[in-house]
Amino acid sequence: MRRAGTAPRAVARLRRLVLLPAWTVVALLFLVPLLVIGSYSLLTRGAYWGLSLPWTLENYTRLFDPLYAVILLRSVVMAAVATALCLVLAFPAALFISRAGRRKNFYLHLVIIPFWTSFLVRTYAWMFLLRDTGLFNTLLQALGLIGEPLPLLYNDGAVLLGLVYGYLPFMVLPIYATLERLDCELLEAAADLGARPWAAVTRVIIPLSAPGIRAGAVLVFIPALGAYLTPELLGGGRSIMIGNLIQNQFTTARDWPFGSALSLVLTAAAMALLFVFLRRRGEELL
Amino acid sequence: MRRLLGLYAAGFYAFLHLPLVILAVFSFNASRFTVWEGLSLRWYQAAFQDAQLAEATLNSLIIAAVATLFSTLIGTLCAYGLWKRAAPVLAGSLYLTLVTPEIVTGVALLAWFQLVFRQVGFQLGLHTVILAHVSFSVAYVVVVVLARLRTMDATLEEAAMDLGATEWGAFGRVTLPALAPGIAAAALLAFTLSFDDYVITSLVAGVDSETLPMVIYALARRGANPAINAVSTMIVVGLGTLVLAAERLRAR
Amino acid sequence: MGPVLELRSICKYYPEHRALEGISLEVPRGAFFSLLGPSGCGKTTTLRLVAGFEAPTAGDILLNGARINHLRPYERNVSTVFQNYALFPHLTARGNVEFGLRRRGASGIDARVRQVLELVELAGKEARYPAQLSGGERQRVALARSLVLEPDLLLLDEPLAALDPKLRKQVRTELKTLQRRVGITFLFVTHDQEEALSLSDRIGVMRAGRLEQVGTPEEIYLRPRTRFAASFVGALNWMDGVAVRPEATRISPEAPAGDVRSRPATVTGCIFLGNTLQVQARLATGENVTAEVSRLEGGFAPGQAVQVWWRQCDELALPPEP
Repeated sequence: MRRAGTAPRAVARLRRLVLLPAWTVVALLFLVPLLVIGSYSLLTRGAYWGLSLPWTLENYTRLFDPLYAVILLRSVVMAAVATALCLVLAFPAALFISRAGRRKNFYLHLVIIPFWTSFLVRTYAWMFLLRDTGLFNTLLQALGLIGEPLPLLYNDGAVLLGLVYGYLPFMVLPIYATLERLDCELLEAAADLGARPWAAVTRVIIPLSAPGIRAGAVLVFIPALGAYLTPELLGGGRSIMIGNLIQNQFTTARDWPFGSALSLVLTAAAMALLFVFLRRRGEELL
Repeated sequence: MRRLLGLYAAGFYAFLHLPLVILAVFSFNASRFTVWEGLSLRWYQAAFQDAQLAEATLNSLIIAAVATLFSTLIGTLCAYGLWKRAAPVLAGSLYLTLVTPEIVTGVALLAWFQLVFRQVGFQLGLHTVILAHVSFSVAYVVVVVLARLRTMDATLEEAAMDLGATEWGAFGRVTLPALAPGIAAAALLAFTLSFDDYVITSLVAGVDSETLPMVIYALARRGANPAINAVSTMIVVGLGTLVLAAERLRAR
Repeated sequence: MGPVLELRSICKYYPEHRALEGISLEVPRGAFFSLLGPSGCGKTTTLRLVAGFEAPTAGDILLNGARINHLRPYERNVSTVFQNYALFPHLTARGNVEFGLRRRGASGIDARVRQVLELVELAGKEARYPAQLSGGERQRVALARSLVLEPDLLLLDEPLAALDPKLRKQVRTELKTLQRRVGITFLFVTHDQEEALSLSDRIGVMRAGRLEQVGTPEEIYLRPRTRFAASFVGALNWMDGVAVRPEATRISPEAPAGDVRSRPATVTGCIFLGNTLQVQARLATGENVTAEVSRLEGGFAPGQAVQVWWRQCDELALPPEP
């Protein structure tokens, strides 16, 4: 009683059709644009508009110029420190949630929901708190602890704070997922064999949550490396990272080839990290 | 040790939520300075009366609605296809769109649009923003819907076909109804992402189309403007509600 | 020296149900003591109380005469072999076995680990991870891990349940030999009566949170004190209000003369088992009995009138059900 159109070949065709829209979007709106800036990165900056021949590798060699190398280095260091801070802050929180029994979902939502509301607003909130006329300074002055406002905003520290604040949930969730899957019996066995609570944490829980820690580290480091809003708003031009540099090249500096080279280097770094970190266990994320 | 963890968790959640709470509280501040001078709705009034804000909000809503529609449709079909049979290249590329830094996707799209439009004579505008938003939302929709599909019994569709339904019939009558909450959750998430996006939008929006995040960004850069507190609070509450709804749907 | 473990009127109540009611028992030094009962009877709960993972609602737990109610699991000289072994997946077999010794900061770890691995016949496999070991090998790692700490008492929570049936019998004998060699007191939990009978020096039969009977395997099998103990450990034939073990129940066309009791019955089935026949018969009272008869004693046809007989001394004296 098979109806028309259900012959195997037709089915295979239908299946390919289902993936076609996604393929179109990914190809035309992601892969091709990347190829475009890939080719731009090998061209030279034009006189008026943007591009001109000759083909060159100069945009890539410029990265070694101390002026830019500093920015690249700062980005890597900031992203690394932010990741480390996120790890230290997120682990106990993930541990807490995994032990919360029936209220697990509630505590999880409490982490997820503010994160998904608005990155811009959450970054602005720290501007509101940290600037010279902001809440912290006003409070400290009102309490008579300081005379002049402290320069809490527009420096590396503020950017770091913003990065940690912005990406913290990205670290909590994967660690929580691994902790959740931890067999309780293993902790009982550890206690049974003489491990006091702290030893059980360091010798059993942390080693076994390594996959979650790795995933979290990658999920924080990569966006932090390519951050734009946070250093722009909280750094005020004094804490430039790769993201700001790229944006600058495509707008005011009008040096699209150099901006393209920077973008590709950033993307290559992100992909390399992913490959190294996640290939070890062959984790399937999609 | 449990008590220590509990104490830490309290501090952790305070750190996470206090900045937003403080922002919300001060949005009702009568004074324009960071000194409390009593309750007032003046900043909300100012926000509602601002024409630029109104137009920007309208643009954001239109963009988000259209982008969500397309990305949900495309993403759901894609997830369904991936569920049936693995397509590693497509899955890998989708994953790539998730992990590529926003600034890179933004400039890449800008370059591509300029290249194409120079030939065709189009300008950057709402349509380019919508295209860009679809580009980065599809992967999120696929992740959410695929996760949901993976919890479903694959043999149900076979049972339907055994009883006489075609492939599409089985999909429509058996899979789709069970998938509906997951699709709705994905749509809400895509909407939130689109509404809040700044980096990519600012690059491909062109001169005439301003979105709400772009306006907020401009105001924030310029310095203290208490109207931002009001707008921010409204955004957080609005998007927060959407996300809560999405999470509830995901759990069903 | 007194018993290694003493439980005095242990009660454990949960909000939804009462798991243990007044459990009192003594585990003699060096014995293989089994707690036997159906699932849900409280035997695992008892084990967890002794290990320290939960605290009794009432009653005392004494280890070598000292009350240990208040001690945490890592403060008790008691070690547990879990049903699913609970091996640490991120450590090798060696890493698992030395875990407890390292927590204590003991000396001569390498020698002790080597010794115990030889004891459980795992020498040469210490560098393997649990995922690379078979079920039987994992069980031996779990045993080694607990034994190396030389606990006063070793707790085993249905350790043979996760093994496939063929392996179970073999491991059973190995376990008994091991316990004799090492001399450590074992407290073994199982729902399999054959296991309990073959392994134990003493058995405690549990049901619905209470101890029905404690005794040697022979005592429990030949002189059960309750109907439950009698029917849970071994099979029973009820004949006109009297209980007799199947091997003591005989079926033949005529009852022999002498000191036997007999009842008339009708054969309802006869199954050929090779060297024996399994004969089922129904008494006039309606009770069904099963007995095995040697093939050489001839066949029985359904409907045939026979005599079911037994020696009076083989009757089990059981109190009526409360």
